[in-house]
Amino acid sequence: MTTEFSRDFFQLFGLSRRFALDSQQLEQSWRAAAAAVHPDRYASSPDAEKRMALMQATQVNEAYQTLKSPLRRARYLLSLQGVDTQEETNTSMPLDFLMAQMEWRESIEEARDSSDVDALEALSSRLRSDKRALEAELGEALDRAADLDAAAVMVRKLRFLEKLDQEIGDAIETLLG
Amino acid sequence: MAYSDKLMDHYENPRNVGSFEKGDDSVGTGMVGAPACGDVMKLQIKVNADGVIEDAKFKTYGCGSAIASSSLVTEWVKGKSLDEAMAIKNTAIAEELALPPVKIHCSILAEDAIKAAVSDYKQKHGK
Repeated sequence: MTTEFSRDFFQLFGLSRRFALDSQQLEQSWRAAAAAVHPDRYASSPDAEKRMALMQATQVNEAYQTLKSPLRRARYLLSLQGVDTQEETNTSMPLDFLMAQMEWRESIEEARDSSDVDALEALSSRLRSDKRALEAELGEALDRAADLDAAAVMVRKLRFLEKLDQEIGDAIETLLG
Repeated sequence: MAYSDKLMDHYENPRNVGSFEKGDDSVGTGMVGAPACGDVMKLQIKVNADGVIEDAKFKTYGCGSAIASSSLVTEWVKGKSLDEAMAIKNTAIAEELALPPVKIHCSILAEDAIKAAVSDYKQKHGK
């Protein structure tokens, strides 16, 4: 298999360049691509070919990890179109969103302090549904409206939700552990 | 990672935690958030008739450096004019607390929070 490094991650797996994605198709394409460049197949090849295969294997895995995660996929799509999501620098989020973030943090803290695993589980499932809604919105902004600025804000929002998800998970783990 | 004594002091004994009534005309509220780490910061200033910040409060959800940065700026802005408060730079906060490079964004968050609070106050007063 010859892989051109100039191809983007979507092309690499024969997928169309959009946010909406058939995860089964991604999974299958990834397995096929990974098998084709697996180092074992190049065990008796010249060193140069071995190195090339290894580089390709790395790229295939990087592509898979990027496309599999909605957050990373959206960020990648925006970067292909020259849009920086400014996750490190942009601190001005919509006010209602930040207020909601404060409330989330308060609820998590409360549940953690009172060792209430049920409350944490409830928060976790509410968060998952918020995340799904935001991902649907993101798909709309990227695939239909092509509103890249709005999509960049949504990526930043999603980043906050992922952090909350992690905090709730950590709290549950601590209480159960 | 070794943190400075000043940072630890602000983290363990944060100054000016709390909030003012948002509806109060003399209060300006700034809210900012850092997507990369999920930190959220609310910073409020209370401005007197002479346009001087006489009190400040904050509430921050985030790491120790974010809490220390916001605690420090609430102390710094007291007694300052709005323009003086706007001139506070994140580099000064980072230097005072000896923030490690990976925590510089916490000082940026605090600077942005002050700016947002001043803008909110100015907006309330049609300036």
